[in-house]
Amino acid sequence: MHELSIASSIVETVTAEMLSRGLTSIGKVGLRIGALTNVDPEALRFGYETMVVDTPLAGSTLEIESLPVKAICRKCGLSFEAHDFIFICPNCESGDNEVTQGQELEIAFLEAD
Amino acid sequence: MTDRIAIEKKVLSENDRLAGEIRVQLQARRIVALNLVSSPGSGKTSLLEKTIGALSGSVRMALIAGDVQTENDANRLKRAGGKLVRPIVTGGACHLDAKMITRALGELDIENIDLLFVENVGNLVCPASYDLGEDMKVVLISTTEGDDKPLKYPSMFRRSSAMVINKIDLMGFSDFDLMQVRRNALMINGNLNIFETSCRTGAGLDSWYDWLRRLIAAKRA
Repeated sequence: MHELSIASSIVETVTAEMLSRGLTSIGKVGLRIGALTNVDPEALRFGYETMVVDTPLAGSTLEIESLPVKAICRKCGLSFEAHDFIFICPNCESGDNEVTQGQELEIAFLEAD
Repeated sequence: MTDRIAIEKKVLSENDRLAGEIRVQLQARRIVALNLVSSPGSGKTSLLEKTIGALSGSVRMALIAGDVQTENDANRLKRAGGKLVRPIVTGGACHLDAKMITRALGELDIENIDLLFVENVGNLVCPASYDLGEDMKVVLISTTEGDDKPLKYPSMFRRSSAMVINKIDLMGFSDFDLMQVRRNALMINGNLNIFETSCRTGAGLDSWYDWLRRLIAAKRA
């Protein structure tokens, strides 16, 4: 249940952004979350919404874009989606590859109210 | 029409920044840093006790032991002969973060050490997200667990550089299949270094120690 710690990091970052941009309220926080991060969107939403009560972020919601895991094969160069986290190249069956997508845990945008 | 303001910031950027500082600090002293992760009860502390006993004559070691509650693990490591040991009691948090490591390192004299072990909180989910400034993660699994654990917790096995299969002396008392766990783990991470050990009988520990010595030698080269 590290979603609470992650929600708290989001609140900190968004609060700082609001301050530096002179925003007094916020409607939406856009997140990009890769499937390799083990973050459960529902637990994160719950943590976030609980945390922002009585803060300048109150009433804002999270818009979460989930990204599937992708890798590139070091042997044959094929880019492939690692369905069910199986990192075997569908072309040459090599297990030697690099993750190119799926580790994202990013704040993409804010939407003012 | 509401205004959309692009931010493009990593959520854990503050943790990553601190982890980066730790990495620089350890690198400057040529310290090999390993982050040990597993489910509760796989044998992280036992592996470290054995490692302290076997290597303390030749390798200077510091250890940080994280637990949700109690300093039991840190005390075990001290009893095993660990000279530089710091406990971290998270008081509920399910993982260690870089800030906790920064604080613990500040309380340890790491000027002349070769190897730093961080024993993370027993948990195969949350610790995967938090960089602690380590060189690599080492994931433990024991033969009393399911051999499908790599498939259930792919993120941790993907982010680890080595896997220690512990309690091999108990093979046969469960349905754990050694070949199957290897296959499962390698499907997630084809570059895993795999060790098979028993901390009770000592089986397989020599190749683990050799690997540690090679890491230290490579760091010094």
